Amino acid sequence: MSILVIAEHDNSSLKQATLNVVAAAKAIGGDIDVLVAGENVGAIAEAAAKAEGVNKVLVADNAAYGHFLAENLGELVAEVGKGYSHILTSAGTTGKDFMPRVAALLDVAQVSDIIRVESADTFVRPIYAGNAIATVKASDSIKVITVRPTGFDPVAAEGGSASVEQLDVVKDAGLSSFVGEEKAKSDRPDLASAGIVISGGRGMQNGENFKMLEQVADLMGAAMGASRAAVDAGFVPNDMQVGQTGKIVAPQLYVAIGISGAIQHLAGMSDSKVIVAINKDEEAPIFQVADYGLVADLFEAVPQFEEELKKVL
Amino acid sequence: MKVLVAVKRVIDYNVKVRVKPDNTGVDLANVKMAMNPFCEIAVEEAVRLKEKGVASEIVVVSIGPKACQEQIRTALALGADRGIHIETDEEVQSLEAAKLLKAVVEKEEPKLVILGKQSIDSDNNQTGQMLAALTGMGQGTFASEVVVDGEKVNVTREVDGGLMTVALNLPAVVTTDLRLNEPRYASLPNIMKAKKKPLDAMSPADLGVEIAPRLSTLKVEAPASRQAGIKVADVAELVDKLKNEAKVI
Ligand SMILES: Cc1cc2nc3c(=O)[nH]c(=O)nc-3n(C[C@H](O)[C@H](O)[C@H](O)COP(=O)(O)OP(=O)(O)OC[C@H]3O[C@@H](n4cnc5c(N)ncnc54)[C@H](O)[C@@H]3O)c2cc1C
Repeated sequence: MSILVIAEHDNSSLKQATLNVVAAAKAIGGDIDVLVAGENVGAIAEAAAKAEGVNKVLVADNAAYGHFLAENLGELVAEVGKGYSHILTSAGTTGKDFMPRVAALLDVAQVSDIIRVESADTFVRPIYAGNAIATVKASDSIKVITVRPTGFDPVAAEGGSASVEQLDVVKDAGLSSFVGEEKAKSDRPDLASAGIVISGGRGMQNGENFKMLEQVADLMGAAMGASRAAVDAGFVPNDMQVGQTGKIVAPQLYVAIGISGAIQHLAGMSDSKVIVAINKDEEAPIFQVADYGLVADLFEAVPQFEEELKKVL
Repeated sequence: MKVLVAVKRVIDYNVKVRVKPDNTGVDLANVKMAMNPFCEIAVEEAVRLKEKGVASEIVVVSIGPKACQEQIRTALALGADRGIHIETDEEVQSLEAAKLLKAVVEKEEPKLVILGKQSIDSDNNQTGQMLAALTGMGQGTFASEVVVDGEKVNVTREVDGGLMTVALNLPAVVTTDLRLNEPRYASLPNIMKAKKKPLDAMSPADLGVEIAPRLSTLKVEAPASRQAGIKVADVAELVDKLKNEAKVI
């Protein structure tokens, strides 16, 4: 078997999710090549070549891939991937965007968001917002798969010595172009891979109040998250949403503040190792999954939390 | 311009999903069904485009058993003009759904196709992208804003790092995210009027598409359930537990 992993990156660094996807590829078994497509990605290719278990890194470095437009990436990956038994990428928004195009162009099914590998053709994935776990078997000769990074422990980032090969395949479908982006800038850890996540919900009341959480987050070295209600209300940007339709996180510690615990929110965080909930409603469903629950008004509890943390950290 | 909207009948998002005891799937008997929430957003966006004078006709299509006609009627009550029902009792997976929709696109020649980004049952997030690839169209997935501008459409997309805007040649495919709009409710008079709007039924075979699933579900299980932990009395106890019991700080 031969597996092609499409690296996730932002043209400046390799995303950790790529290492989780390589781990999924190892669980399938076989030679693992990594495709790095983007613009000015030499350093990223080198980083990918050092990842444990990688055989070869293929590089498609061209402006056509600079903004990860699905139309162009889809054609590239379908062409490069057709010689492989499996094509894998992370189930981030880039992978979710281009990968189904790859599957359609190859006329094969896609298995989305796998959390476990049972065998080379059988995979486990959550459905119904994680309220059910399905084991599915794929019959196509090429398996196109997106991987939920939290399902697999990452391979080591260092120690490998894969060869690096430049591809000169340029696919510009001419269907789409990049207009602009608004990237939320933050010095905090990446939400998807942070060890600690602090999330606020509708109970925070406004965006200004999130500053309280930011102070706690900075004290703990945590990433910041939010419920859909907090994002919809405009308290915080969309990329902070945790849940069925937002980011899936599984940190060592997840702190939910003023979040009721709707199933769609739980779908994004219930695999966290330790869950803390602070909510004034003792009936809030979040307490059913919390290891430590505190029934309290968050406007009193959060400043106290900060003070107590300062004593021990 | 003509807009095609695809809608899916799924379990209502408020229903607590239960896995069948024999692990063959999820129990759908006597469970409330509804239009997939992302599809409601797709219908709403089409209706707004019509209200702005951008769209001239809205065609709504659904694939599945007879009962899907309820969701088509809902879309008609919300403002769609005409319905197409592709009737089948078989399980239709994303790739086949995309092939069926491609056949509809070839017949109807819409300028814009709007779909939900994912359905809340299978959570696949595939059909719109597959349809776009099969029809050679550009795609604006996870849309939070859609602006039609002459022969192009600008789509602002919710992506991991924030927002990204792309320009697509028309015809194009758009898939909706949660913040694109807030769907309206159908009024009673519009529900009555919708009953008289045209609804065409056809089979996958009529569209020349064979239903041959590539994925088989071997089993469906309930997730490992998390035990509720303890309630702490105050913040000091919480921090103590996190440090000395859970050892996560
Ligand atoms: C298709 C679909 C997809 C969805 N996807 C997601 C998703 O990805 N992520 C997501 O989060 N949601 C998602 N949702 C929405 C979800 O159903 C809930 O509506 C949402 O999670 C609620 O957010 P919340 O808990 O912040 O708000 P609420 O449910 O309103 O809860 C607010 C909580 O704050 C508490 N509170 C208020 N004031 C205080 C105070 N002073 N001190 C302490 N506690 C206080 C209240 O007791 C309450 O429990 C989705 C819904 C649909 C239909």
